[in-house]
Amino acid sequence: MLTHEDLYQRLRSKDSVQQLTKQIWQAVEGDDQPFRIMEVCGGHTYAIVKYGLDQLLPSGVKFIHGPGCPVCVLPQHRIDAAIQLARRPETILVTLGDMIRVPGSRSSLQQTRAEGADVRFVYSPLETIQIARDNPDRQVIYYAIGFETTTPMTALLIDQARHADLNNLCFHTNHVLIPPAMNLLMEQGANIDAFLAPGHVSVITGVDIYEPIVKRFGTPVVISGFEPVDILSAVLSIIRQLKKGLSCCENNYARSVRESGNQKARDLVDRYFELRSDFLWRGIGSIPESALQLKPEFAAIDAERAFAEDCPQAGEEQSSGCICGAILCGHASPLDCSLFAGICTPQRPQGSCMVSNEGACAAYYRYRRTQS
Amino acid sequence: MSRIQLAQGSGGRENQQLIRDLFLKYFSNPILAQLDDAAVVECGTTAVSTDTFTVHPLEFAGGDIGKLAIAGTTNDVAMRAACPEYLSVGFIIEEGLETELLERIVASMSSELQVTGARIITGDTKVVPRGAVDRLMINTTGFGAVRADCSVKRIVPGDHILISGPIAEHGACIYAAREEIAIAGLTSDCQSLWPAVKALLDHEVPIHAMRDATRGGLAAVLNEWAEQSSTRLMMTEEVIPISEAVRGFTEILGIDPYILACEGAFLLSLPAENSSEAIDILHRCGHPDAVLIGQVENADNGPQVILTSAYGTQRLLDFPYGEILPRIC
Amino acid sequence: MCLAIPSKITAIDKETSMATVETMGVTRSANLALVEDEVSVGDWVLVHVGIAMSRIDENEARKNLDLFEDILREEDELNVSDSGPGQC
Repeated sequence: MLTHEDLYQRLRSKDSVQQLTKQIWQAVEGDDQPFRIMEVCGGHTYAIVKYGLDQLLPSGVKFIHGPGCPVCVLPQHRIDAAIQLARRPETILVTLGDMIRVPGSRSSLQQTRAEGADVRFVYSPLETIQIARDNPDRQVIYYAIGFETTTPMTALLIDQARHADLNNLCFHTNHVLIPPAMNLLMEQGANIDAFLAPGHVSVITGVDIYEPIVKRFGTPVVISGFEPVDILSAVLSIIRQLKKGLSCCENNYARSVRESGNQKARDLVDRYFELRSDFLWRGIGSIPESALQLKPEFAAIDAERAFAEDCPQAGEEQSSGCICGAILCGHASPLDCSLFAGICTPQRPQGSCMVSNEGACAAYYRYRRTQS
Repeated sequence: MSRIQLAQGSGGRENQQLIRDLFLKYFSNPILAQLDDAAVVECGTTAVSTDTFTVHPLEFAGGDIGKLAIAGTTNDVAMRAACPEYLSVGFIIEEGLETELLERIVASMSSELQVTGARIITGDTKVVPRGAVDRLMINTTGFGAVRADCSVKRIVPGDHILISGPIAEHGACIYAAREEIAIAGLTSDCQSLWPAVKALLDHEVPIHAMRDATRGGLAAVLNEWAEQSSTRLMMTEEVIPISEAVRGFTEILGIDPYILACEGAFLLSLPAENSSEAIDILHRCGHPDAVLIGQVENADNGPQVILTSAYGTQRLLDFPYGEILPRIC
Repeated sequence: MCLAIPSKITAIDKETSMATVETMGVTRSANLALVEDEVSVGDWVLVHVGIAMSRIDENEARKNLDLFEDILREEDELNVSDSGPGQC
């Protein structure tokens, strides 16, 4: 039987990390070729910066921090919608903690709550059921965020709400999809040799979603877990593939990721959601078929339709001069931005990468600020 | 069930009765019993600290707001190497608070006072209408006789930094309880630190500075120290004591344990040659996990706190900012 | 993105599809409605925002760990096996 030791300590063990590091050094020895690895997922960014894994690697091996922070990529008008919805009378806006500081065009949910709006940050979407039950006379709006990992959890909430006959709960859907973003970055000529693919997205989607990218761009994709040993062994896999001139999709996180993913979760998602024709990603631009919306038959619980007047359409994004777009595309590092740690801080984020702990800029701010 | 009414704070009969039946019963001592407008005490060089306590829930695993109000303030006094002697206490009570609960809290204050021998010498009670305060707030001000010069100004490069016990215990426990995140297995470390400080002073350990890592946790105290003493603090991450349960809690919610409050652990900065003696003393007086966690260096790049990981990598330990919220990412 | 935590099931309520799970001595509840495999007490699941997303496969975890053990043993041996990661 598996133990905590197996799933935590051994995957963080100093000896294993040292040995993997050594092997990575050996693998790239005498090689001038750079190995630019985009970790798509913000959870990986967070782990890499927190454990300082990049400091262990040869200078040719570089992590490029990807767009994998679901709140960082939301455009301002969708944050504005959250704020306007929260300000509606007799309304409770429920969302996840990551949303609290994300700036819209003028305000944030934190500010809106301070002004008197009822905004609640829950640990689990399912807590929303109880909030709706406890407040039958008020409109509860669940502001749904997240990638493929979190979408099934929203779908489960919708499912449970329908079975509970709650008629005061509706949903504002902001679920986005990872492969279209990876695809667009490559199309735009991102400076990336390989992808370290998101482990927990893959738990739901399975391995196949990355095949088109591997085929089209010849870019190795290695799915990885989030512990130091997971990440370093995925880096080693990537380097070996690149050195051998191979490109394939490799599942280095098989303890949690099945080849076919989680069909049950995907079925539930498919019951309620459909693709949007396109979706604006903050700092990146519009990406076709990169997000989900509720199907038309659920219009009654779709806040975007029910309260359309409070959901502004995409407008001009206010630019603060930050270079988030270039950072997300792998063309720049947070330390290259003139606003970094001066005008732009986690307390007053100017751009998307600074808003969530796992945004590349926020992670750098937290752990790297003075080492630049 | 008996509940506190507005009249009990209005200075009349009911008010007097509450003072007599509850506060005098548990806090009685000759100075308080005089019930004059002000208490008169003898005091030499005195360390004074005030703090107002509000915590939800009022009772939690490992303590309650009363224990917190006594230990929290006497700890602040103790951190200046002062023996906590006297306390003032102010209660702000929301009408409707269960009398039984208030009595439990007052009894718990009384028993925490036994640990240090400090006495409550003056007090005040207000009862406010529903909604004006979240059930109960307690202010305490502590007065202590200073026994040694212990202040952040004395921190110098070369000092060792010790911690008396596992961090983040209180913060994790309260967080889990308040957010009604159904997480079991967490207990607050709320306790009076004077006995440990006294043992160190009795052995004449030349402590430079002490601070209990309350709000903002280890991260806040270390950053304050670095700034106020213009030093760089080099901390060794793997030796910082964190209990298994707190580690699990912070993993689950994606929260950094270094920013969560302790109410029974304190940091010491002292000459390197005295650190093992101090650790021995702490081990012998109820702090078995006391350990050396870092040292003070010259701040060549400005004041900062650096954590060195088990892998030898380094990162900044920043001041905490913003609300502590679980993240999905 | 997507913080998910390996957690061990200590109790299951079949009717509500809820489980009590434990991580490093801390227990909480988790919803099992999305887990495809049959799970029972003692199994490990990956929990994201209070909802289990998959069962952690013990054999695969062991394979993983064994591989890391191999890597540890291969100390000082250059160009480790072609059997390790990095294969297509």
